[in-house]
Amino acid sequence: MTVLQTKQLTKKFGSFTALDGVDIQVNQGEVYGFIGPNGAGKSTTIRILLGMMKATQGEAEIFGKDAWRKAVDIHRDIAYVPGDLNLWPNLTGGEVIDLFGKLRGNMNQEKREKLLRRFDLDPEKKCRTYSKGNRQKVALVSAFATDADLYILDEPTSGLDPLMECIFQESVLEAKQEGKSILLSSHILSEVEQLCDRVGIIRDGKMIETGTLQELRHLTRTSIYLETKQPVPALAEQGGVHNLEIKEDGVSFQIDTEYMDSLFQYVSGFGIVKLESAPPTLEDLFMRHYEGTSEGGPS
Amino acid sequence: MAEKRFNNTLPLLGMICRQERLQLPLWLAGLAGFTLIVAISFTNLYTNERELQEIAQSMINPAVTALVGPGYGIDNYTYGAMMAHQMLGMTALITGIMNILLITRHTRANEEDGRLEMIRSLPTGRLSNIGAAMLTAVIINLLLAVVIGFGLYTLQIESMEWEGSLLYGAALGAIGLFFAAVTGLLAQLSESARGVTGFSIGILLLAYAVRAIGDVSNETLSWLSPFGWVLGTEAYVNNYWWPIAVTLGTAVIVTVFAFYLNAIRDLEAGFVPSKPGRKHASFLLHHPFGLAFRLQRTGIIAWGAAMLMFGAMYGSVLGETESFFEEIDMLQEFIQPEAGYSITEQFLTMLMAVMAMASTIPGVMAMMRLKAEEKKERSENLLSLAVSRNKLMGSYALLALLHGFIMLSLAGLGMGLAGNAVMEESLSVWGFYEAAVVYLPAMWIMIGMALFFIGLSPAFAGVTWAYLLYSFIVVYLGGLFQFPDWVTNLTPFGHIPQLPVEDFKLAAAAGLTGIAIILAAAGFISYNRRDIEG
Repeated sequence: MTVLQTKQLTKKFGSFTALDGVDIQVNQGEVYGFIGPNGAGKSTTIRILLGMMKATQGEAEIFGKDAWRKAVDIHRDIAYVPGDLNLWPNLTGGEVIDLFGKLRGNMNQEKREKLLRRFDLDPEKKCRTYSKGNRQKVALVSAFATDADLYILDEPTSGLDPLMECIFQESVLEAKQEGKSILLSSHILSEVEQLCDRVGIIRDGKMIETGTLQELRHLTRTSIYLETKQPVPALAEQGGVHNLEIKEDGVSFQIDTEYMDSLFQYVSGFGIVKLESAPPTLEDLFMRHYEGTSEGGPS
Repeated sequence: MAEKRFNNTLPLLGMICRQERLQLPLWLAGLAGFTLIVAISFTNLYTNERELQEIAQSMINPAVTALVGPGYGIDNYTYGAMMAHQMLGMTALITGIMNILLITRHTRANEEDGRLEMIRSLPTGRLSNIGAAMLTAVIINLLLAVVIGFGLYTLQIESMEWEGSLLYGAALGAIGLFFAAVTGLLAQLSESARGVTGFSIGILLLAYAVRAIGDVSNETLSWLSPFGWVLGTEAYVNNYWWPIAVTLGTAVIVTVFAFYLNAIRDLEAGFVPSKPGRKHASFLLHHPFGLAFRLQRTGIIAWGAAMLMFGAMYGSVLGETESFFEEIDMLQEFIQPEAGYSITEQFLTMLMAVMAMASTIPGVMAMMRLKAEEKKERSENLLSLAVSRNKLMGSYALLALLHGFIMLSLAGLGMGLAGNAVMEESLSVWGFYEAAVVYLPAMWIMIGMALFFIGLSPAFAGVTWAYLLYSFIVVYLGGLFQFPDWVTNLTPFGHIPQLPVEDFKLAAAAGLTGIAIILAAAGFISYNRRDIEG
């Protein structure tokens, strides 16, 4: 079942096009990773989904309802964590969490206490004394203490330490096990790799790639480390080989997925001693897409 | 409503009340307390009808009319008529400021800081936040109207009957709501909280100036200003209620328009878009002083224009003062002219003191910016570079001194140019200018005091404002209340020779300057020793 969907979403600020026909679909029980460089349009998309900005063209729906017109109804069943949260300096963290809970109307007190302990947040302190990480915890506790159906997380772990980041990941997976859906916009690729079922990459306001991590990996290169009995003479001339480096005992390079077969048939004649292959990381994917246009390399 | 634009407004209202639990009661207590104390003091100061009539005659002159509004019921100047004449306009001005600050805090400031984003992600309507803010304004202004209205009536002062008292309160509540609505509208137009406050206060002052000019020259002009409306109630004299209805009606229309704009715009957008800035830092920005100046540039220009106008406004009424005084024989007995100086020139000295204090505000504000920068954790960005604390504080101090000097000069010149043009036997423009800049040492003490407290601990810096307010009350209202001498001696503005009536006293100027230097030095020393707060 589709929980969140945008169709040809377009947003213009004057003559500047911030979003240009963005399509996103998040299904129930799925963690959707939304990645892209700064200024690509992630936050604009999220703000349209939250009904804070009106799309110039296209549709944005959550739970099958229009994001702008039915904002209030939708917001009863979602929880949002922004990447940079400002709080009221003269209220305590506990007060803010309760306020958010009261406004949403579905806070789970038991979960609230559990999360406060887990995230190690002192709810009695005034918000003005919180560091960035602690302010972020206020938003996270408030979000995960809610029995929401959809969580929209916009770079939620900025400012958190690695330990807290682990706890965040646990909380996301727990929510997923309960059948909740999550839209996670992030810069931390290891986080996306570990958590997300599907990934969408946005650049310059356009979705340039969408799919499961598996599917996306097919589009990219595998890293290979190779040692052979006899040196391979014309390795660099083989199709699909990139970034060839001569190491002490062997060579390392990257190979386009579609050339994998022909390359190994060729090198097997030289007596393979050692072969290590690493799947492309999301980082490779990411970098390649970001640099894509300027580099103009083969795909 | 299908879109539930006001969903969850009440919980938001509750939260605003919780945040305002200290601030608003203080405003309320201050405004009501001040009003009631003044009302009581009138009965102590003027014990019989003759005294009341004498003060009535002294009050009908253009300078006072420009400052507080036209007097009604001058023929029978009762305590009530006196309250409505001398106090209502000024109190309305302060009530307006309270509302501007309140609404900005809970609308654009909230939005600019990103708190509204979080609120809007919850099941709250598009208009819930501004709705809650406006409701808060309704509550506080209603309270203000009721507390002041009933308070004045409860004093049981002769001539201050219940209808006039309620109208007096209602006038304040109405003007408060009017400026709450105007601020709500401007919060839709400007993208920054500073812009909203700045434009709103600009409109407030403009409205006051329009009324002042209108009251002195052409009454019709006054009816263009909301201040003209509330003073037009003629509380305690004729008790007109319809201007209240006009003020509230306009407030409702403005509010509805603000709500409409709020409902159709994107979060954090404004209808007056901001334009792109420079690619590179200009030559000016290569020093902390340049930064301090750049940060306050707009404010400096705005204050400069305002002070020039303020001075010119006062200057322009000086010519008519002369004819006023000639017409009223009794008044000439009431104020004994100093030998060789006209009564106008004596009035001029009082106006100069007011303008000097007004010019001190931007000077102290420029210094206080250092505190704000520290609170916002921006000072540390500079201090982590090769910038010493002395250099940082010195930059702001220099800017404050220059800023104050320029403002005072502009005010003095504005008054001089206008006054010189309209007066028959006039002082030279230079004479006006001298009468203004002689106040510099008093201004330096105020800036020095700000420096001292910022150095000691930013938490106490607000004391400087309290001291300036005290100075204003003592110097400006001193004649009215007949304060004992020591009360007047506690303010530096009380020690400044009143040119051209008095002679310049070097000792006083040197003494005040010395104190200012000591305060500043202490400020620099402790600023170097304490922790930088975040």
